[in-house]
Amino acid sequence: MMELGFVAILRRDLLLAFRHPGEIANPVLFFFMVVTLIPLGLTPEASRLAEIAPGILWVMALLASLLSVEGMFQSDYRDGTLEQMMILPQPLYLMVLAKILAHWLVTGLPLTILAPVLGMMLSLPEAGYLPLVLSLLMGTAVLSLVGAIGAALTVALRKGGLLLSLIVMPLYMPALIFGASTVQRAVDGFSVEGPLAILGALLAFSLLVSPFATAGALRVSMHG
Amino acid sequence: MWQWFHRLGSPRWFYQASGKWLSWLSVLAAILLCVGVTWGLGFAPQDAKQGNSFRIIYIHVPTSFLALAGYYVMAIAGAVGLIWKMKLADMVMKSAAPIGAVLTFVALVTGAIWGKPTWGTYWVWDARITSMLVLLFLYLGVIALQYSYSSQEAASKASAVLSLVGMVNIPIIYKSVDWWYTLHQPATIKFTEAPSMHPDMFQPLLVMILGFYCFYAVALILNTRVEILHRERRTRWVHDLVAAQSNSAQPNQNDSSSA
Repeated sequence: MMELGFVAILRRDLLLAFRHPGEIANPVLFFFMVVTLIPLGLTPEASRLAEIAPGILWVMALLASLLSVEGMFQSDYRDGTLEQMMILPQPLYLMVLAKILAHWLVTGLPLTILAPVLGMMLSLPEAGYLPLVLSLLMGTAVLSLVGAIGAALTVALRKGGLLLSLIVMPLYMPALIFGASTVQRAVDGFSVEGPLAILGALLAFSLLVSPFATAGALRVSMHG
Repeated sequence: MWQWFHRLGSPRWFYQASGKWLSWLSVLAAILLCVGVTWGLGFAPQDAKQGNSFRIIYIHVPTSFLALAGYYVMAIAGAVGLIWKMKLADMVMKSAAPIGAVLTFVALVTGAIWGKPTWGTYWVWDARITSMLVLLFLYLGVIALQYSYSSQEAASKASAVLSLVGMVNIPIIYKSVDWWYTLHQPATIKFTEAPSMHPDMFQPLLVMILGFYCFYAVALILNTRVEILHRERRTRWVHDLVAAQSNSAQPNQNDSSSA
């Protein structure tokens, strides 16, 4: 019975996303565009680009994820769906988790899939590709989970966008640090198990805590 | 046994009690800070390598301590407000945020000023400096959230949730920044650790830290009292209080005008 609500919301959110493909394309396009700006702003020289590629790719993926996180609860809040979700006899924790999973599937996953292409364009060294994909696979999930807390806290505010960035940015830092250094270490020829394991730990921890905090924040946003 | 806890829930009781605490706390803070400043700036020996410039430590270290401790004060007050629905805790949380943000800012600025003669640059991406900067962002987030809700109750709950999330994250952020820094550590920078300080230098620092704790308490109480008066402005006891104050001010005015 409990899984039913989870599956229903996941399916609904995915369906909504696929009916508005522009919304899926937005963060991906943003990721693509800002990475294009890097050679223009810095240098087209392959050796120098390769040096900064791990960090740049991770920072840009983080910004793309931040861009999309604002809309996670917004339309549901406006049209009253969120209110209906709260009065369902289902734990809000699971429904929030379903919404976060849907968000990750339509933003984090495409970003992860696109990342190697952009890595190639920034002449990321060979050893970096697999760690880049693995770290983004887990890291973007952490970003979606953490971002959900900020999105839930600011959903009822008229101009929540900048505030959301301020709230969420400090909380993103651990994921960025371990994600980017996973790739950097791989490029430098060290083992990447350590930072990848910590990313996994961050994922497990935020999987436990974030839906709980997000559900609490949504209750505050709805009922004051 | 829990009576004091329930009494603490009443803003009116706190307002009256804190009036008494304030008088001796502020005297204590003033004495400790005066002694600490004169001792630290005037009488503590010079540092062998840094000369007089190390003396900024007497401001820098206490503010850094309290910047971090202040976040915990804020978050714990927020938790108490969320769990026991205690109005006073919400007010303490709201009052603690700007004080903590200012202390964090002062710690960053004094650190930058200290960095110039010591490392030859105002800013380095060192683990502690970066962590302090993140702490400042965390404070600013709570303050901004506090002011962007129109309903006070929603604002309190939302910022309590955020400060709790921040509190859980602070150790994680600090550890990860530490780890990041050890990866990129430049070899030239070395800190003077507190335990290796000479007792003559360390004792005034201890006085300053105590003095700053008292000062923090005074500032927090003052801020909270203002917040109490503001939120309870429609209640009977605040009206009575204001009436009593203006009554006691009135005769004086008459005296001076008749004289």
